Amino acid sequence: MDALRGFAWLLLGQSAGELVARATGAHLPGPVIGMLAMLVALNLRVVREPVEAAANALLSHLSLLFVPVGVGVIVHLGRLADYGFRLAIVIVASTLLGMAITALVLRALWRREA
Amino acid sequence: MDELVSLWIYLSATPLFGLTATIVVYVVTHAIYARLGQAPWANPVLWTVLALVALLSVTGTPYPAYFAGAQFIHFLLGPAVVALAWPLWQRRGDLKRRAVALVVAGLAGGATAAGSAVALGWAIGLPPDLLRSLAPKSVTAPVAMGIAEQLGGIPALAAVFAVLTGLVGALCAKYLFDALGIAEPAVRGFALGTTSHGIGAARAMQVDADAGAYAGLALGMQVILATLLLPAAAAALALVAP
Repeated sequence: MDALRGFAWLLLGQSAGELVARATGAHLPGPVIGMLAMLVALNLRVVREPVEAAANALLSHLSLLFVPVGVGVIVHLGRLADYGFRLAIVIVASTLLGMAITALVLRALWRREA
Repeated sequence: MDELVSLWIYLSATPLFGLTATIVVYVVTHAIYARLGQAPWANPVLWTVLALVALLSVTGTPYPAYFAGAQFIHFLLGPAVVALAWPLWQRRGDLKRRAVALVVAGLAGGATAAGSAVALGWAIGLPPDLLRSLAPKSVTAPVAMGIAEQLGGIPALAAVFAVLTGLVGALCAKYLFDALGIAEPAVRGFALGTTSHGIGAARAMQVDADAGAYAGLALGMQVILATLLLPAAAAALALVAP
């Protein structure tokens, strides 16, 4: 029951986020505004306990949620095959480079603070 | 045999098929992943997508028919992003103290990931619409689609690139960080979430709770930074992808 009540809070958070996004014309997506609002709302115990249960359930299988979009690759197989090798190089190289830079910068900054 | 065919025609036309296939295949691949000690190459998203692509191809099921069922899972991405507030709230003290460093690292990493993809793609001759679809690939898939649209790319391709980027990160992160000598779970998680959004965060959460929380933070931060920096990205893209 707690998880269901938490899920209701999450949906309310997302709805509030969508509402704010529409009303203000902000380019931020509704769920992200919802997440920021939820950070504040979690200070209330009545929100916190159910959201903890729902969030743990939802986030423990976060990767499942990307499957439907991923299967969409099937629609673009032709286009991807035309440029497959070059796309693979670009995606792998830029991802590794981005991860390395993020990690090295963050570690350097934290070490300087410490 | 005829009955079997007509049963299949019935099932494949209802949302039941896409939903059942997605969850059943994921449960199986996830069990194998757990059995293999969560080896990066056994990533359940990767194998579920491959198995479902094979299934749709063999049965001749069109993607929209599949998505009619799978959309119920897809929808949960929204509430899941809101749910990321929970691991962040738990570490709110840490985050406040480290806010500046996190923003600087997120900005540097996100700009590197997007910039190097576009520059490299341009250098090896990818067409402009693909470059524009590649730019937002480190932002979580549903947001990447919206950004690609505003940049003049192809939203559906951008979503696929985002998922592929997520998988590359989830598969390679362990080896990259080990090679660079980066041991702190928070740093590893944050870097993985920065380039590989939710798929990276999912992998980080399975490995370490701290890494998962920082990956979730990085995911949210990339969405905010990417949205704020969209006009600058559009101006930069105009130079290489007219």
